[in-house]
Amino acid sequence: MTSTLLDPPVEATAPAPFAEASHLEARAVSAWYAGHKVLARVSLTMPGNSVTALIGPSGCGKSTFLRILNRMHETTPGAQMAGEVLLDGEDIYAAGRRVNDTRRRIGMVFQKPNPFPAMSIGDNVVAGLKLTGARLKRSERDAVIQRCLSRAGLWNEVKDRLDRAGSSLSGGQQQRLCIARSLAVDPDVLLMDEPCSALDPTSTLRIEETIHELAATMTIVIVTHNMQQAARVSDSCAFFLATEGNPGVIVEYGTTDQVFHAPVDPRTNDYVNGRFG
Amino acid sequence: MDGSASALDEPRNIDQGLSRSDRVFVTSARSVGVFVFVLVAAIGLFLGYQALPTLHHYGFRFFTETQWVPERNIVGLAAVLLGTVEVALIALAVGFPLALFTALFVSEYAPARVRTACVSLIDLMAAVPSIIYGLWGFFLLQPRAMLVARFLAQHFSFIPFFRVDTDPNAAAWAQSKFTASAFIAGLAVSMMVIPLAAAIMRGVFAQAPLGEREAAKALGATRWGVIKTVVLPFGRRGIIGGTMLALGRALGETIAVALIISPAFEIKWHVLSVGTATVSALIAGRFGEATHAQLSALLAAGFVLFAMTLGVNTVAAVFVNRSRSGEGSEI
Repeated sequence: MTSTLLDPPVEATAPAPFAEASHLEARAVSAWYAGHKVLARVSLTMPGNSVTALIGPSGCGKSTFLRILNRMHETTPGAQMAGEVLLDGEDIYAAGRRVNDTRRRIGMVFQKPNPFPAMSIGDNVVAGLKLTGARLKRSERDAVIQRCLSRAGLWNEVKDRLDRAGSSLSGGQQQRLCIARSLAVDPDVLLMDEPCSALDPTSTLRIEETIHELAATMTIVIVTHNMQQAARVSDSCAFFLATEGNPGVIVEYGTTDQVFHAPVDPRTNDYVNGRFG
Repeated sequence: MDGSASALDEPRNIDQGLSRSDRVFVTSARSVGVFVFVLVAAIGLFLGYQALPTLHHYGFRFFTETQWVPERNIVGLAAVLLGTVEVALIALAVGFPLALFTALFVSEYAPARVRTACVSLIDLMAAVPSIIYGLWGFFLLQPRAMLVARFLAQHFSFIPFFRVDTDPNAAAWAQSKFTASAFIAGLAVSMMVIPLAAAIMRGVFAQAPLGEREAAKALGATRWGVIKTVVLPFGRRGIIGGTMLALGRALGETIAVALIISPAFEIKWHVLSVGTATVSALIAGRFGEATHAQLSALLAAGFVLFAMTLGVNTVAAVFVNRSRSGEGSEI
């Protein structure tokens, strides 16, 4: 075991109550694309050391919400947002906060596996470290690669071919490589945007196991279309819905158990039981 | 059950079911495509045929002789070819970084409105007639570039290319020694190849996959980080291809070079000092008063230039097309 697993990363500046993994809180977040409102005053607390699932039908704004959480939303031309996102109590949109630092602390795994094709498997893992200016000794580099690939559940499959191109892996392996790449910069939060939607059931299972293990040391927010997956991996669950012509809102939020087995809102009940969506 | 169909276990000829109008369209499209090949081949064959008497008469001496004095039956391309390559390489040395950074700025840094304006400006730059660049080079650029040439000669004369056979430090320095050189012609040509190279590079950069860009950003990359990890590796072949096409254009550039240089038929490595010659400028300069035999010699020079640019452009096209990004980028 490596030291990172034994000592969860502690943010030096964070106040004492959050001594474990960082928690993330969205307050009255709204979003627009080219003036069209897609999210209306969504508030959600995503506690540390847990997995929060965002579920809901297509077009309800859950991916947009996720992208607001690490400031990827603003990279889309014409995209705007309102509200606050607090990472350990500090607004990530505050003036003077460097967007690169925020994105490094709040990592992201995308729907489609996107390893850097020109790089080897090993270089892919440490790409984020190089991008943020870290200089690594050979031994440190090897240690980081082994640690992150192990945490992402990929080490045993690729340890003999770290020099091969990242694109030579299967889709499921590529996605776990992307998870390893995100872990290498040691983020406090990991956002996952339908990370298994392009994968087969076996790969999906492997990634879900990985998510379980990661939640011990960090905060995870996952968008998924797959009800069973949300039920399997998450601790708490937020159900997003956008009715015809209206921006998306959170209809119901609670522990996963509660949302799936005793939903308060009849629409949640219909959705989790597959009656629409 | 159709017994005859199941009995035949061999590949069928599948009727494509092309209608009459489809066939007309396919045929005409194909003939236009073939016509382009025929046209290029015809130019090559014509030049080759015209060049034959000269090549036959002078043999390999045509490529080793430096002088071009058809009146005394001395004709050779050595100095001219060297001058052509020198001017083209200088144009690239100046134009390549400018084109690369222009393309990076337009595709990665410029806000949407500035980008649109820049793209139009670059296209406009490509549309300016080369005689304008020639005049600009002669009247505006030369008096200033002369000072740069003198500076280079003063401080970098330990590099053989930058030597000039006069004292650049003299109080009354010989200005005319620094004019009409390959250096100044190369500068003018670089302005002409920048739009071509920048447009191709920009086209390839713009196609760098969004997924990879987002991956880099989500890791905390700055814009330069995205360029380094995603855009440049993705656009590598586009950069090479665009540069080669620019080289092809620089090799053939005529009128601007002809305006600026003063002809000198000698093997000359000192690119800052007065006088050089290029194939195209030679043809343009001598074509008017040429006799029949002299014309054949000029056409032979043209044939060599044609073969060179065709070769360079073919290699460039291979690079651009083989890039992961190749589809859609125009040449």
